[in-house]
Amino acid sequence: MIMIEDVHFAYDGIYTALQGVSLQIEKGECVAIMGTNGAGKTTLVKHMNGLLRPQHGRVIVDGADAKNLSIAELSRIVGLVWQNPDHQLFLDSVRKEIEFGLKNLGFTPEETDAQCTQTLKNLGLEGLAERSPFALSGGERKRVALATVLATEPQVLALDEPTIGQDAQQKELLARMLMDLNDRGRTVIVVTHDIEFVIEHFPRTIAMAEGRIVADGSTSSVLSNEDVLERCSLTLPQLTVAARALHKAFPQVSERLTLLSELEDAVSGILGGTQ
Amino acid sequence: MALVEFADFSFKYLGADSLALRKVSASVNEGEYVVITGPSGCGKTTLCRTANGLVPHFHRGYIAGNVFIDGQNTRDATVAKLASTVGLVFQNPANQLVTLNVEKELAFGPENLGVVPEEVRQRVEEIIDLLNLEHLREKHPHEMSGGEQQRVAMGATLALKPKVLVADEPTSNLDPRSAELILDIIANLNKRNGMTVILVEHRLDLVAKDASRIILMDKGQIIADGIPRDVLSMDISSEIGVGIPKATQVYKRLQAKGIELSRVPLTGEELALLVGEAKRR
Repeated sequence: MIMIEDVHFAYDGIYTALQGVSLQIEKGECVAIMGTNGAGKTTLVKHMNGLLRPQHGRVIVDGADAKNLSIAELSRIVGLVWQNPDHQLFLDSVRKEIEFGLKNLGFTPEETDAQCTQTLKNLGLEGLAERSPFALSGGERKRVALATVLATEPQVLALDEPTIGQDAQQKELLARMLMDLNDRGRTVIVVTHDIEFVIEHFPRTIAMAEGRIVADGSTSSVLSNEDVLERCSLTLPQLTVAARALHKAFPQVSERLTLLSELEDAVSGILGGTQ
Repeated sequence: MALVEFADFSFKYLGADSLALRKVSASVNEGEYVVITGPSGCGKTTLCRTANGLVPHFHRGYIAGNVFIDGQNTRDATVAKLASTVGLVFQNPANQLVTLNVEKELAFGPENLGVVPEEVRQRVEEIIDLLNLEHLREKHPHEMSGGEQQRVAMGATLALKPKVLVADEPTSNLDPRSAELILDIIANLNKRNGMTVILVEHRLDLVAKDASRIILMDKGQIIADGIPRDVLSMDISSEIGVGIPKATQVYKRLQAKGIELSRVPLTGEELALLVGEAKRR
């Protein structure tokens, strides 16, 4: 679906953001991209919908070389939700924001209306439809920016730090929606620092540092590699810390437990509660 | 007298159709480290803006009740006057940095408050030392990583020598290590320097261990206020969707099965420790 071959990119030709990145993402995959601030994650996803063009290397989207496609054509295939919603929102009501993208992509007024209503519902934004995005809280604005892209149901959905400012419930809602889109064959890519979100929902993780990919594979293998964690400024999630500490005292507990239920069962096992 | 006191305070932004804050009453004493949390849109950011007078002097609207900062009613004080008492750090450091290098950035605030040059110089050096900014001294904020920018933004706020540091999700754009570093600095300011801290944060797994108190908000109201172990183990916290630390969640699940640990754990290490203790009993 997306193939990136030896892509290099430098802003102003000086600061090198990407130094030879290659990766392949198949249709229907669910992939997380993690790494330090300034690792090149955002620069990478901006290459996927043509906002940035490689200075060296190739980007292939849905079988076609991206250099032959305009941003408009690419963004029909790859929908990108920016990290900062304020860079994306500009109209005076939430509903208008969502309708804008749909109209531009040639949806009929009926389709626009139906998609808009459904998306508002999915994201719990019904009550805010007529409000100005600028009168909303940071977390709410973030959801509106997400809604504008989700409504167009692109083949590939790329989200830059979607969980920032979201409480636990909103995060769960977001995850459910992304998994639902994924079940319907859409490719989902997230750039995130939220390691728990990744462990719970994304089977594949690409770890980046200093403009390069340092690991690419199953989430459990990438995120249990100490060297990768160190290079990518990641910290272990609390459950893994607990699992490792328990493993020291009780070797029967696997130090690789990552789910709440697994840890609960392990502790019940030790303390002999009813299972 | 409390350093920060919200007395039955309500606020509605101009043009909004509902209240952002509803009859909020709480007081924060000197030396406390208070974490404010709650669902997005619950009024956390508005509460921060209230503490340094941005509400109602910059963000206009309708107010009822009062807010007292170090005894001054914010209705009567200007933002500039409150700036030397309450220092506010925003979520996005890029919104806060205004000058061309770190030294100038740190000096900007105190210079504007009319602090004499020798004193400004001394404060800049203190902050560079305190936040470990030496290697960034001559750097342009835009050449720095997000974590470095946030450290500088926090430094610029601390240079005003505020009595209270108010930080609104200061780590949400940062990678986990940079976030930890910023949160450690905040915890140390509180512990070693006795700085009063009010921090808005969703990721309670990172801050609950250092906080002396958690205030839980929902729909503009305070719905719980107490020590972290108490607030986080209340059912209401999970019901409104606060990010309860996973260790605390395991505790709750075990409790439901009839397995009791001697206290509510806030970190992974603490959970393992309590399980070991329970096993030996």
